[in-house]
Amino acid sequence: MNILWLQSGSCGGCSMSLLNAEVPSLYELFKLADLNLLWHPSLSEASHQEFLDLLQAVLTDEIPLDILCLEGSVICGPKGSGAFHQLAGTQQSMLHWLKLLTAKAQYVVAVGSCAAFGGITAAGENIAEATGLQYDGALLGSVLDANWRSKAGFPVINIAGCPTHPAWVTNTLVQISMNALRLEDLDEFHRPRSYTNHLVHHGCPRNEFYEYKASAGKPADLGCMMEHCGCLGTQARADCNTHLWNGSGSCLRGGYPCINCTAPAFEQIKHAFGVTPKIAGIPIGLPSDMPKAWFVALASLSKAATPERVRTNAVVEQISIPPSSKNRGRK
Amino acid sequence: MTRRILGPFNRVEGDLEVQFESDAGVITQAWVNSSLFRGFERILVGKVPSDALVYTPRICGICSVAQSVAAAQALAQAQGLTPTLNGQLVTNLILACENLADHLTHFYLFFMPDFAREVYQSQPWFSDTAQRFKAQSGSAHGEVLKARAEWLHITGILAGKWPHSLSIQAGGSTRALEAQEKLQLLLLIRQFRAFLERVVFVDQLEAVTQLSTADELNTWQAAHSNSDFGRFLQLANRLKLNGLGRGTDRFLSYGAYGQYFPQGVWVQGQIHALDVEQITEDISHSWMQAEQRVAVPFQGETQPHWEKQGAYSWCKAPRLNGKVVETGAIARQLVAQQPLITNLVQASGGNVATRVIARLLELARVVPVMEQWCQAIQIGEPFCAHASMPDEAQGIGMVEAARGSLGHWLTLQAGKIAHYQIIAPTTWNFSPRDELGQAGALEQALVGTPVEDTGAVKVQHIVRSFDPCMVCTVH
Repeated sequence: MNILWLQSGSCGGCSMSLLNAEVPSLYELFKLADLNLLWHPSLSEASHQEFLDLLQAVLTDEIPLDILCLEGSVICGPKGSGAFHQLAGTQQSMLHWLKLLTAKAQYVVAVGSCAAFGGITAAGENIAEATGLQYDGALLGSVLDANWRSKAGFPVINIAGCPTHPAWVTNTLVQISMNALRLEDLDEFHRPRSYTNHLVHHGCPRNEFYEYKASAGKPADLGCMMEHCGCLGTQARADCNTHLWNGSGSCLRGGYPCINCTAPAFEQIKHAFGVTPKIAGIPIGLPSDMPKAWFVALASLSKAATPERVRTNAVVEQISIPPSSKNRGRK
Repeated sequence: MTRRILGPFNRVEGDLEVQFESDAGVITQAWVNSSLFRGFERILVGKVPSDALVYTPRICGICSVAQSVAAAQALAQAQGLTPTLNGQLVTNLILACENLADHLTHFYLFFMPDFAREVYQSQPWFSDTAQRFKAQSGSAHGEVLKARAEWLHITGILAGKWPHSLSIQAGGSTRALEAQEKLQLLLLIRQFRAFLERVVFVDQLEAVTQLSTADELNTWQAAHSNSDFGRFLQLANRLKLNGLGRGTDRFLSYGAYGQYFPQGVWVQGQIHALDVEQITEDISHSWMQAEQRVAVPFQGETQPHWEKQGAYSWCKAPRLNGKVVETGAIARQLVAQQPLITNLVQASGGNVATRVIARLLELARVVPVMEQWCQAIQIGEPFCAHASMPDEAQGIGMVEAARGSLGHWLTLQAGKIAHYQIIAPTTWNFSPRDELGQAGALEQALVGTPVEDTGAVKVQHIVRSFDPCMVCTVH
C-alpha cells in the first residue's frame, strides 16, 4: 500500500516519535506490512520538482494513493486563505493541496492531535486559524465536512496524541494495510480504539497513592497528582502506562501529570496545566464514569485509612519509608 | 540571468523554499523563505507562567528538550531560582541525549542520502555510498534507527518520553532517580558509545577527539575508511566540500551544558564575550509589522502581515550588534577552542565539510562527559528546587540546541505571561535580509555556488549542512 505523508502546522514531533518504533523498527515494519512510503518529509530522497511531479501523478491517478497521512494542524489563516502555510515551490497553500489530495485517498489518517483536532497550534487566540482536518476541537466538520468519507468509506482516522506513541501509528497503518480496520474500531472522535479503549490511569505506577488519595503537592513528589497537580490520567483515553514510551517511560513515570493530550481541545483548558481546579475543595473533573458522591465518600474514607508509609512517601522525591514484611521470623 | 525557485526542501525538519538568481550557472543572489507561520509567541501571551513548559517544547518535535530547557531557564531567572545540582546534571543528560540523537538523525537520515543521488553515479565512491546511505533503503539506516531508539531510552527513564516531556522544571527535574536507574543510564550511554565506536568511527571516541589538524584528520581517514565518518571525509575531499557554502565566518554560541562548552562569539580566530543586549530582530523583509523595525527581544512584536511589500519570509532577521552570525555545532566547538575545528575553519572557514565534521566530533566529545555527569548524580539528594512565581518579572533562557543558539525572552505581568519572544538557531542561520540589505547566513553561503544540475544538488548540500530546523525558525 502506498503512503504519502505530509506536514502542515506541525512541530514534526509525531514523525520523530514514529522513528522511535522498536521491534520491529519503522523500516522493518514497512517491509513486513507491505507498506510503501511514497514520500515523507524527513525520510525521502525526492525534493523540489521530483516531489511536485509525484503529487501530480497522484492527482492524475497515475499513482494510487492508499493512505494519506497528515501531521500538523491545517493552517487556514489569514482569513481562511491558508497563506500562513504555502507548500514551498508551489505558491499554493497547503490547505489547497490537502483539499485536492484527500479526494484521492482510500484512507486519510490524521497523525497527532494537531491534524485530528487542531491541537497545540490552535491554542490561545489561534491567530493561525489552525484546525483539524475533519474536527475543529470537539466539533465534527472542519476543512472536510462532517459527512466526508474517504474512498474506502472511512472518516478521517484520528490518531490523536501530542505526540503520538509510535505503536498507535504503526498499529493503525498495519490494520489498514491488512484490511483489518473496521468502522467500529474507531471511537466517538474517530480515534483508533486499539489505544483509546484504555485510560492513562491503567497501569499508573502511582496507583497506591491514588487509592489512598495520598497526593503530591509539588513537582517531583511521588504521590498521586490528581488532587492538586492537574493530572487527568483517570479521564484520558490512551494506554500510556501499559504500552510504555522510549523503553520504560510515560508522563506519570516521568514525574509529571497527564494533560490528556489525546482529547480534542486539550490545549484549551481554562486553568494552568499542572494545577487541579477545585470547587469547595473538591477537584472538578473526577473520573468520568464515577458518581461524585461516591468518589467523595470513598476518598474521605481512604484518606482516613492512609498508612503512614504512603502518606509520607507521597510528598517526597524518593521513597522515604519502604514497605515492610509482616512475617519476618521463621515459623 | 536565471531566477529559480526551489521547494519544497525535505529532510530539513519543516518548510523551506529557496529562490536564487544565477549568472553563467553560478548563484549571484539568494532569498530564503520559511513558509510556515504558527504563532507560538502569541499563544503564550496570557497564560500562566508554568504553562510555558507545556507549550514551548511543542514548538518543535526535534528540538523539544532544548525548547523546554530554555523556558525552564527563563522561568528560573524570573523566580531567582537555582536548580539543584542533580537537576542540572539530569537536564544536561536529557539535553545531550536529544542533541546527539539529532546529530545522528541529521547525518544519516537528512544529510548523507543526497550523495546517493543519481547525479553522482559516475563517482568512484558512488556504489559504496549509495549502498550505505540511500534514503530509506541504505544499509546504515536499520542499525542507526535501532541505536537511536535505544539511545532515547535515556529519556524514557529521565523524562518520561521524547519528544514533549514536562520533566524539566525551573528548579531541576521532576524525576528523581533510584540507585539502580543510575547504573541503567550508564549502561545505555556505554551501549551508544559502543555503537559509535563500531559503526560511526570504527575507533575509540578519545582517539577521534584527539585529532587536532587537517593533516591528522586525513591520516585518520586513510586508516578508517570503513567507518561512516571516514566515508564522509573521503567524499568530502573528492567533492571539495570544504570549498562549498562558506558563510559569514562569524560564529555565536550561548554555551552548553552549564558552560561545559563556553559562551562567546568567534570572529577570525578571536573569541569575544557575548553582549546579550546587542541581540536584535529586524522585520524589514519579514511578513511582519511592528512599531519598531528593529527591536531587542523584550520589545519584539509578532504581528503577521501577509502581502507586505518587499517581504519574503515569515522569519525575522536576528542580528548581533547589527551583524549576521552563524550558529551550530561548528560555533560551539570554535568558541570552545577545539583544536581540530579551529584548525579547519582557519584554513577554509565555515562550510559544508566543517559544519558536518563539527557535528560528528561532538558525538565523540559529549558521550564521555555524559558518563561523568551520570556518575556525579547523588542518589538521595534533591532533584528539584521550588520557589514561588513572582507576579512581575523578566527572564532569559539561553541554551544550545543541536543546531545552535536558542533564546527565550519572557516577561511576566500580573502573574501571567505578558510577552514572550523566541529566537531559534535556524532563525539566525536562515534569516532573511535586514534593513541594511545584509543577507542572512544561508543566503550568503549560497552566493558563488555552481548550479549544474536540475536538482541543484550543491544547494541541497549547503542547505542541509546547517541542519536547519524550520519549525523552530518561525515558531
